[in-house]
Amino acid sequence: MVENRPLLNILAHLVLILGVLIVAFPIYVAFIASTHGPTDFLSGLIPLTPGHDTWHTYMTMLTTGMQSSGMPPLSLQMTNSLIMALTIAIGKISISIISAYAIVYFRFPFRSLAFWLIFITLMLPVEVRILPTYKVVADLGMLDTYAGLTIPLIASATATFLFRQVFLTIPDELMEAARIDGAGPMKFFWDILLPMSRNNIAALFVILFIYGWNQYLWPLLVTTDASHYTIVMGIKRMADVADAQPQWNYIMATAILAMLPPVLVVIFMQKLFVKGLIETEK
Amino acid sequence: MAAITLEAVGKTYAGGVKAVHSIDLAIQDGEFVVLVGPSGCGKSTLLRMVAGLESVTEGKISIGDRMVNEVEPAERDIAMVFQNYALYPHMTVRQNLAYGLKNRKMAKAEISRRVDEAAQILEIGAFLDRKPRALSGGQRQRVAMGRAIVREPAAFLFDEPLSNLDAKLRVQMRGEIKQLQARLGTTSIYVTHDQLEAMTLAHRLVVLNGGQIEQVGTPLEVYRKPASTFVAAFIGSPAMNLLNAKAEGGVAHVGGGRVPLAAAVTGPVTLGLRPEDVRPADAGTEGAFVLKIAYVEELGAQKLVHGTVEGQNFACALPSDAALGQALHLVPEPGAAHGFDAQTGKRLG
Ligand SMILES: Nc1ncnc2c1ncn2[C@@H]1O[C@H](COP(=O)(O)OP(=O)(O)OP(=O)(O)O)[C@@H](O)[C@H]1O
Ligand SMILES: [Mg+2]
Repeated sequence: MVENRPLLNILAHLVLILGVLIVAFPIYVAFIASTHGPTDFLSGLIPLTPGHDTWHTYMTMLTTGMQSSGMPPLSLQMTNSLIMALTIAIGKISISIISAYAIVYFRFPFRSLAFWLIFITLMLPVEVRILPTYKVVADLGMLDTYAGLTIPLIASATATFLFRQVFLTIPDELMEAARIDGAGPMKFFWDILLPMSRNNIAALFVILFIYGWNQYLWPLLVTTDASHYTIVMGIKRMADVADAQPQWNYIMATAILAMLPPVLVVIFMQKLFVKGLIETEK
Repeated sequence: MAAITLEAVGKTYAGGVKAVHSIDLAIQDGEFVVLVGPSGCGKSTLLRMVAGLESVTEGKISIGDRMVNEVEPAERDIAMVFQNYALYPHMTVRQNLAYGLKNRKMAKAEISRRVDEAAQILEIGAFLDRKPRALSGGQRQRVAMGRAIVREPAAFLFDEPLSNLDAKLRVQMRGEIKQLQARLGTTSIYVTHDQLEAMTLAHRLVVLNGGQIEQVGTPLEVYRKPASTFVAAFIGSPAMNLLNAKAEGGVAHVGGGRVPLAAAVTGPVTLGLRPEDVRPADAGTEGAFVLKIAYVEELGAQKLVHGTVEGQNFACALPSDAALGQALHLVPEPGAAHGFDAQTGKRLG
């Protein structure tokens, strides 16, 4: 649609700019807050111009953390978050692409039962099954481990359905051509299906990475040992100090750092991400 | 290269649909056989059974002297060209051609020799490094054929390979396929519902109807001596006229005229006359029947006159300068009339 109506253009841009401002302002405030020293907040007002303690604040948080509220260094927490987010994203993509492959391309006994069981997990996100899941994880001795942190979040079906839809759009003739070309099931999967789903995998990776990175409730439950804390739950921990002023500069620095990896993932995978969401040509 | 033999081959789908009934067919080494028939007659099913993409529920299929009923498609030494090309969209043309050879662990040098040779034959050398999406329909179809010929298989199987192309390109590709097959001498089975494509390509035509063979023969045999009214109506364009008539001692009476048949039948018959096998005659001519004209189609070189004979539809092709009134008196060319049994539709004589 190519239209040229200047008034409408101006209006559209105004709305968009306003939207961007509304979204960006809190982030700006957070960043500015993280550049000040701890004393600048005593007035009760958050300053709107940059301060001079940026380097110091970030270095402290990254290397030593905040011992008073039991915060290990952010570098450790970020590593934990990264491990969690990557494991969840890669794990979820792997199991769901494999199960979608089985469901779409193979006839096996209880196939529709398997399909429905996977479907049911859609209705059971972690929050719903949190108590029984916690019990299982605890009984298996997986509290305070990366396995306990990630495996319960990997097991669910959302992505299976996405890949099922993708596979259903791939014409049968392609599979038949591959069979005649001597590609067995494994070869067909690696050589044809996987490359053809590349964009969808990328799009899903972005979504799942952010999903994993932003996990709050589950890590809060299964980690008691500081060495397995993740950064998102850490922020909350810092804001909850009992009998002292929250140290906003440190909290905001943590928030900014917590935001960074998802933003980077989006920026670097944007092209593939958009392609994966809109591309239809097969 | 090999002969292909079907012995009492049948197919019943899982749901109980019987798509193919007990077909016997011996295809010789190097022969170009076209399976032709209306939609749903089981052509694709039969071809896919030969390819190994569909299980054979009855009978035996052999390629060369090997029974292949239980053999995987890749091991049957066949190559198939699909209607919508089925090229791998993420691979370049070169990779598409090479994929089947790579899976067979062929040496790199041999693969690139064959790919280059096929590219040269099909004139697709210029876009070996493009992806299929950057090709036109005709170019894609060439690549699909390239993928078949690099394999140097015992047989080519084509399933309506030209039906996605526009009319002009279809005619051109038809010619190319014919030349290519003649040049390579590879046994080929070609499925189409287009009778013109079937006539022009085939060494031998197999006309299918409802999962059964109606007739097997060279295009001319099938055209000149259709075995049934089904074949008569299906092969040839414009289609043969079929008239219900009464016969007496081998002469059919219709529209006030008398048409001699090849067989000495008496009683009801179906009379078949091709539109180009009649010519106008004067009113008093011995045996002439009357066509009441409804409308005329000008085709340039000739005109197609549609009307009715005794209330039954009839068309005839006349020179474009023929003068027309309300009605025409027509006589058949000698020996051109076909007689079919009025009940079974089978050819008489
Ligand atoms: N997988 C299937 N399961 C059940 N019935 C099928 C299946 N595939 C095809 N059929 C039936 O078998 C019959 C023959 O189908 P086939 O695809 O061989 O027809 P065709 O001659 O190739 O037709 P077209 O010219 O339309 O391609 C049809 O009646 C069809 O409905
Ligand atoms: Mg078909």
